[in-house]
Amino acid sequence: MPPGSTRSGAPGLGAAEPGYRTWRDKRWTALALIPLCVWFVASLVAMAGAGHGAMTAWIESPLVAGLLILLILATFYHTALGLAEVVEDYLHHQATKIAVLFSIKIVAAGLCLIGILAVLVILL
Amino acid sequence: MSSQNRPLSPHLQIYRPQLTSMLSILHRIAGVGLSVGTLLLVYWLVAIAAGAEAYQTAERLMGSFVGRLLLFGWTLALFYHLFNGIRHLFWDIGYGLELPEVYRSGGAVVVATLGFTLLSWILGYAAMGAF
Repeated sequence: MPPGSTRSGAPGLGAAEPGYRTWRDKRWTALALIPLCVWFVASLVAMAGAGHGAMTAWIESPLVAGLLILLILATFYHTALGLAEVVEDYLHHQATKIAVLFSIKIVAAGLCLIGILAVLVILL
Repeated sequence: MSSQNRPLSPHLQIYRPQLTSMLSILHRIAGVGLSVGTLLLVYWLVAIAAGAEAYQTAERLMGSFVGRLLLFGWTLALFYHLFNGIRHLFWDIGYGLELPEVYRSGGAVVVATLGFTLLSWILGYAAMGAF
C-alpha cells in the first residue's frame, strides 16, 4: 500500500509547506529583522541626502557590509514566506498557485543574490 | 463546481470593522507593500555599486515628489509591520491575548507607527539641513 493510506494515520507524508518549519523560520527572520531594520532606518536617516561618496564609504566598512548582507538575507526570506502565506489564503486554483509560489521563491532568491552581489562589489 | 465558482460565505458585507480586524488586514497589506519595496532596496544598492552617475539618477528618482511619497509610504508600512509584528510575536508566546490587552497593544502600535514615521522623516530632513 502507498504510504499514508493505512488507517493508522499518514506516516511518511508530513507537512512540507506550509508546516512547522515555515512558521518557525518566519518568526526567526522576524526577530532578526527587528534590530536590523531599526539599524538600517536609523543609518539612512542619519545619512539623509549624503552623496554617492558617503554611501560608498559607509558600505565599505566590513561591519556595515556584513549587516547589510544579513538584512538582505533575512528580508528576502521573510518576504518569500509572507507572500507565500498570502497566496495560500487567496489563490486556490492549484496550477496557478503552484506557479505563483514557485515564481515568488525564484524572484526573491534572485533579488537576494543581486543585493548581496551589489554589496560585495561596493566592498571590494 | 470549479474552484472559481464555489459560493463563499459573506464577510465584508456582514462584520462591522473593528480595530482588531482592521489592524490584522493592515499588517498583511503593509507586508505586501514592503515586499514591493524590496525592489527599491535592491535598486538602491545596485545604483551605489554602479557608480556616481547611476546613483545620481537613483537620487533624482527617489527625491522626486512621487519618489518621496512612496518612501513615506514605505516608512509607514515598515514601522507598522515592525511594531505589529512584535505584537504578533508576543501573541505567539501567549502574552497579551485578552481582548482589552489586544485593543491596548493595537492602539500602542498605531501611535508608535505614526510617531516613529514622523520622527524619522523630521530627523531626515534635519540631517539634510532643512531646518
